[in-house]
Amino acid sequence: MTTGNAAQVFINVGERTNVTGSAKFRKLIEQNDYPAALAVARQQVEAGAQIIDINMDEGLLDSEKAMVTFLNLIASEPDIAKVPVMIDSSKWSVIEAGLKCVQGKAIVNSISMKEGEGPFLEQARKVLRYGAAVVVMAFDEQGQADTIERKVGICERAYKLLTEKVGFPPEDIIFDPNIFAVATGIEEHNGYGIAFIEAARLIKEKMPLVHISGGVSNLSFSFRGNEPVREAMHSVFLYHAIQAGMDMGIVNAGQLALYDDIPKDLRDLCEDVILNRRPDATDRLLEAAPRFKGEGGAKAKEKDLSWREKSVEERLSHALVHGITEFIEIDTEEARAKAEKPLHVIEGPLMAGMNVVGDLFGAGKMFLPQVVKSARVMKQAVAYLQPFLEAEKKASGLDQMPAAGKILMATVKGDVHDIGKNIVGVVLQCNNYEVIDLGVMVPAARILETAKKEKVDMIGLSGLITPSLDEMCFVAAEMEREGFDCPLLIGGATTSKVHTAVKISPNYERGQAVYVLDASRAVGVVSNLLSEDESRRFVAQVKSDYAKVREAHHASEARKQRITLAQARANAFKIDWENFKPVKPTFMGPRAFKNFDLAKLVPYIDWTPFFQTWELSGRYPQILTDNKVGAEAKKLFDDAQALLKRMVAEKWITASGVVGFWPANSVGDDIELYTGEPRHSKVATLHTLRQQIARDPSRNRAHTALADFIAPKETGLADYIGGFAVTAGLGEEEAIEKHIPKTDDYSRIIAKALCDRFAEAFAEAMHEKVRKELWGYAPTENLSNDDLILEKYSGIRPAPGYPAQPDHTEKKVLWTLMDVANATGIALTESFAMWPGASVSGLYFAHPESHYFGVGKIERDQVEDYARRKKWTPEDAERWLASVLNYDPKRLNAQKVA
Amino acid sequence: MRRKPSWAALEKAARERILIIDGAMGTMIQQHKPTEETYRGKRFEDWKQDVKGNNELLSLTQPDMIYDIHDAYFAAGADIAETNTFGAQVISQSDYGMQALAYEMNVESARLARKAADVWSKKTPDKTRFVAGAVGPTNRTASISPDVNDPGFRNVNFDELRAAYKEQVKGLIEGGADIILIETIFDTLNAKAAGYATLEAFDEANLELPIMISGTITDRSGRTLSGQTAEAFWYSMRHLKPFSIGLNCALGAELMRPYIADLSHVASVRISAYPNAGLPNAMGGYDETGDEMACKVDPWFADGLINIVGGCCGTTPDHISHIAEHAKKYKPRPIPEIEPKMRLSGLEPFVHG
Repeated sequence: MTTGNAAQVFINVGERTNVTGSAKFRKLIEQNDYPAALAVARQQVEAGAQIIDINMDEGLLDSEKAMVTFLNLIASEPDIAKVPVMIDSSKWSVIEAGLKCVQGKAIVNSISMKEGEGPFLEQARKVLRYGAAVVVMAFDEQGQADTIERKVGICERAYKLLTEKVGFPPEDIIFDPNIFAVATGIEEHNGYGIAFIEAARLIKEKMPLVHISGGVSNLSFSFRGNEPVREAMHSVFLYHAIQAGMDMGIVNAGQLALYDDIPKDLRDLCEDVILNRRPDATDRLLEAAPRFKGEGGAKAKEKDLSWREKSVEERLSHALVHGITEFIEIDTEEARAKAEKPLHVIEGPLMAGMNVVGDLFGAGKMFLPQVVKSARVMKQAVAYLQPFLEAEKKASGLDQMPAAGKILMATVKGDVHDIGKNIVGVVLQCNNYEVIDLGVMVPAARILETAKKEKVDMIGLSGLITPSLDEMCFVAAEMEREGFDCPLLIGGATTSKVHTAVKISPNYERGQAVYVLDASRAVGVVSNLLSEDESRRFVAQVKSDYAKVREAHHASEARKQRITLAQARANAFKIDWENFKPVKPTFMGPRAFKNFDLAKLVPYIDWTPFFQTWELSGRYPQILTDNKVGAEAKKLFDDAQALLKRMVAEKWITASGVVGFWPANSVGDDIELYTGEPRHSKVATLHTLRQQIARDPSRNRAHTALADFIAPKETGLADYIGGFAVTAGLGEEEAIEKHIPKTDDYSRIIAKALCDRFAEAFAEAMHEKVRKELWGYAPTENLSNDDLILEKYSGIRPAPGYPAQPDHTEKKVLWTLMDVANATGIALTESFAMWPGASVSGLYFAHPESHYFGVGKIERDQVEDYARRKKWTPEDAERWLASVLNYDPKRLNAQKVA
Repeated sequence: MRRKPSWAALEKAARERILIIDGAMGTMIQQHKPTEETYRGKRFEDWKQDVKGNNELLSLTQPDMIYDIHDAYFAAGADIAETNTFGAQVISQSDYGMQALAYEMNVESARLARKAADVWSKKTPDKTRFVAGAVGPTNRTASISPDVNDPGFRNVNFDELRAAYKEQVKGLIEGGADIILIETIFDTLNAKAAGYATLEAFDEANLELPIMISGTITDRSGRTLSGQTAEAFWYSMRHLKPFSIGLNCALGAELMRPYIADLSHVASVRISAYPNAGLPNAMGGYDETGDEMACKVDPWFADGLINIVGGCCGTTPDHISHIAEHAKKYKPRPIPEIEPKMRLSGLEPFVHG
């Protein structure tokens, strides 16, 4: 199931506490029967309403007083008051009276520009001050908007006033672009359905943060008395409107047909009317309507029991999908009698039925309140089976055995959906696990507290709605923080392996988060995780599996929109060359530095990556006093210091390097290096790659290539570039062999890590020397080591094979120009890696605006261009640049062949 | 609207360090063991009813005592002093028949704290001190009926609270407060009325001050007295665009932690916390020492949950100086960006989209 689809974010506002919508509720209020009126509200919340609409607009009522009384009474009923209210009235005085009674953040329904901007602004300011969201009707001085243009126009005008003059948060604005009756016989009305849908789409496009709502029952006003047709029209309308962006509505969910259940011919007729697909759509629906009405109208449909003749499996599925509890026990019993074990009924037909529900929900064809009804059916079936499950346990003697493990389960905070979790709980208990079920809406703190107290072996989190995903990440992070290491199971409709791998798992590195597809897999996963023999292998497998999932996910994320190379070049990083005077380095060509003094390098060492080698995260020196890793870090650091002293004193390694400078100018994305002045003959060409990421146009950022930092040839400016290669790895292997016993892996790893640090420090020290003396463009620079680590210096030293130039083969140019192999002893391997490993090489750019950046993924047009410039075949280029391709060369080539 | 000039300095300070708010006023007053006579002073010698316990009155009758308390907290390292105005509005003062003095109490209390703050700002010019005008919950609740047999009944309504609070906030502004601190919120509806009144008072003074909001989670249920969770509470108050949101009172640091973490997780503004010195002992006193309390809040800093910290019931300058010492070592919580979504609440939060 995909996460966050339209139907899942659709909020159905309960409408039963609305005197204009419910005759029953009106009577209760008129008769002052508030206890019964409260029961109506409670029932709505229990049935899954996430917001309740309260409307007291009735001519004979003192609406203000009724609103205040009812809201004050609700405040004393936690089961009702837990959800936000929608204060619904056409009279501002009633709305304001209501706003003064609610401690929560409510929705005002509604205000409009009916009486002009003045009253609209005043009311909006007050709504904001009372702390509520607001429904704005598409209604202005001229009346209610009926066309797409008027609907969108009015909403845009209101949006501007609200956001610019009042400071109203856009996400708290709900537009109601008016749902009017269609198929009335009046031709102008034919476009009302599609006008709402299209207006919704445009409004969401222009103002993405706002919400769209509407009262759906108006739509089918012409078909009063023909409930099946009305339901079908509502269902079809919502199906399309929700996809267009409608995300809220007042709908009687109990009387809403399933889109897939509507007979095909009726659905088509309704669709013709709502989408205004043919001129005779109204006539055709009117003509056909009586056929669908059935003998007794809506009641007759309920009595359609033809599904009872199907197999028991199909009957269970039907009952689950349609939320029918009437026959569930009989059917469950029949399935039980057939099954070998009672548990098989749950794992078999009931699970299968719930999977259908899940699929329909995922496809936007079922709404949350309907899913809640399904869950109720499921619960009843499971409850029926419970005594049989117990008996089975007794019979097999399982209840006498010690529990195989203790598992805590909870639906996370903010989510009330527990059906999946309950099923998993039952299944686990049947397999002799002890389950502690904390229920729904469980805050992280309670989960962790209970887990600690009960010493559980595993925690299982469940959730159905999208925000639960974030909450699960939070729980995972809290587990990490509190030092848990037990496995964390993730399940529920919106959860997925990808989300678990990409978002949850990285928050909880101490333990393993494991996605469980459905209840049938739960036992397998749990027994693997608790098995002494299997768990290590299982966790390792999950880890490597998730790593792959993450990689694929990041790759596909990164493989997003790119712009063409031409467009990218048109937006290159601009430097004002007219006002720049390049500094000439003190010498040209290469100069070698052999046997550099190690002691002088020590102050340049950046220790933070040293700790990372040991998977201790944190910045040096703070890491030494860190609560969690401080003690370990300190010990490591002391051992490293001791070894470092020996390495320097006993000269375990030799540090050698080479630095060179050349006259240079950029030509397109290449940098030409010359033999000398005048700049007639080239000694070499460096090639650079350009960013192609598609950026938000409002963010005025360049598409940079390293060539942008060198003065273009046409400027006539005498610019320069530098190069370097340094190593601290000469003698490393031998020294380690000689000084550290083979068995002392710990010290060996420290020594190797220190060589790496020395190489980096050498590069840092050499860069400083270049800036201050050798090139001398920053002779007065005075930076601390911290500043150096933070790269506060002017100019950069990017390395081939790193983000600013991902092509490793560019090292070859440096090796030739500076004869690096002879000058320093660093060799290039076949894949252009440096040997010894404790080596660093790169280019020097002096311009103060030059900076580090990542090229990111590139498109095929640049790869082909780059191949031409480097005299490669495109296939060569794809091979060397494989890690930065924004396309799959194999697939593209296959297409070409086909 | 004009912004109070000290706002910029407050923002700057909050960017640089964890700010320290002072400790309990009542605890410090009790150390003086004030008698009925102390409260009355000369001016109210002949007041018609008992006034012992009316702490706000001391700003008028024993200004030196109140000044010295502010001074002691600033000396202990507080950046922000709370004015002695917790119950200084007509609703609470009606217990003593002193409604007519409410405005004056606010002006004078704010002046005392102002004076102490200015003295310390001069003493330590690198550390500006601020005055938070304390706006308490009153002794009535707009969401809860005092009569169990009549759940629809209320002994105070939004408009009465709004009028009382507006007068109070105007007094605090006149006395020179830098911040309006709506605190110890048991009932969010009271606080919403206070917020509404505060904005009205700003309108009238044509001067805007930063607003700090601090709710009270009463026990381990994780709810306010009026039944909201911490997250729902934040969604109810968010429209005031406060300088900070947080919790104080009722709980010690240990028990407060999860709810502070909840807020820290969802709020796109600074987080404040000033817990009690543990839970009350059998005698109603507080036993947690400054050192103990500081060690309990230290992990909050380490985990980046906090921007403003201090103490409530049972805390003294000693507590504040220990807490300040610990806070010094850490950076304030970076303010997270929270995705814009419609975030509503009843007793529980509801996020749409």
